[in-house]
Amino acid sequence: MAQSLDRLKESPSQTAGPYVHIGLTPNFCGIGGVYATDLGATMVNDKTRGERIGLRIRVLDGTGTTLKDALIEIWQADADGLYNSPAEMRGAADPNFLGWGRCPTDMETGLCTFETIKPGRVPFRDGRLMAPHITLWIVARGINLGLHTRLYFSDEEKANAEDPILARLEHRVRVPTLIAERKSDTYVFDVHLQGEKETVFFDS
Amino acid sequence: MSAESGSNRRPETGAFFQRDRTWHPPALTPNYKTSILRSPQKALLAFDNTLSEISGPVFGHAMLGELDADLIHNFARPGESALGERIIVHGRVLDERGAGMPGVLLEFWQANAGGRYRHKKDGYLAPLDPNFGGCGRAITGEDGGYAFRTVKPGPYPWPNGPNDWRPSHIHFSVFGHGFAQRLITQMYFEGDPLIWHCPIARGIPDKAAIETLIAALDMQATIPFDARAYKFDIVLRGRRSSLFENRLEGN
Repeated sequence: MAQSLDRLKESPSQTAGPYVHIGLTPNFCGIGGVYATDLGATMVNDKTRGERIGLRIRVLDGTGTTLKDALIEIWQADADGLYNSPAEMRGAADPNFLGWGRCPTDMETGLCTFETIKPGRVPFRDGRLMAPHITLWIVARGINLGLHTRLYFSDEEKANAEDPILARLEHRVRVPTLIAERKSDTYVFDVHLQGEKETVFFDS
Repeated sequence: MSAESGSNRRPETGAFFQRDRTWHPPALTPNYKTSILRSPQKALLAFDNTLSEISGPVFGHAMLGELDADLIHNFARPGESALGERIIVHGRVLDERGAGMPGVLLEFWQANAGGRYRHKKDGYLAPLDPNFGGCGRAITGEDGGYAFRTVKPGPYPWPNGPNDWRPSHIHFSVFGHGFAQRLITQMYFEGDPLIWHCPIARGIPDKAAIETLIAALDMQATIPFDARAYKFDIVLRGRRSSLFENRLEGN
């Protein structure tokens, strides 16, 4: 026998369930007066630097039905490609932009909307620049472990073509599942949990 | 931002240990029916963390309200309190290296003592408690410790099988230091026989893994003539030391 490595195991995940709003967006589901506002509901203010954009995201199940009980969190760099995080060693990010947002899907339409800014480019591990992207984390009833993916931008064709993560996709036909379509100032992004158009989810 | 969450520790920039996906429930757990159409079927794209996964926002203690960690009172009318068995839930958030994690945002939600959620989608016949909302939050201290006060949630039936009941449980959303540590889980209670009947808990393949989600009755932490206590530790992904690794560009 060798020495023990003394490592713990990560707590196993359990689904967020149908009542995730109570915990994460109580004001959204009518529980007022406990928190002043729902965390992550507002991402930008007047002083935030960068191009204002909207995101319209839907999550669809294996039958193509839109989920109305999902919750999405996003995490992104600022307009200069800096994260507002202690792990960011390259400089100070825009103090008027946390870069994190949280939105439940609308209970009627299933639509999730974020008002944010377009992120700058962030370096990959070897220093090459990744294309501008936003990290998504999706939880819902029926999802046993939160799903991790990215949203890239349709008007960044050149950057997308040299992105080291997109380049790893063996099946090139799946690349478009990670690219949001620009419509005026808004990017439209459908997350397919299953099926022919299944979104590429990450293990990272 | 200064050091991680007001701590004096040097910020860590290492990538996270690979997630052991055999320890978590798989995406498809057919006995939990909703997972059938919501489980990805294609292979995940695996890659070592980039800065996008390593980094994460900081939530300061200043955002917390006085009653955020007191579910017995944070929705109650003045002078009143929630009905049910009064309990304290406490524990630490650790990473896989065993280190306590400061500055972790914990958000919890639960049914009331009768097993009813304050949510328009919940039609269970057990009544709402006018003094119970069901949500709370805390941020871990320097050693990773946290505590909150609540009432023990009741078990409740749910439309999965013809007669499925959820064991008493509290949902936890855990926000660590890196976005790749993001986790939602559920805490169960020691001695509850319903745990072993539950298709959601049993979606976790390894019995030892399920047992890590069962909080222990902690008599030493009870407040005599007031509240019993349960201890619930949570473990998030550990980080590699970046000491001997090629630094990320600019580090």
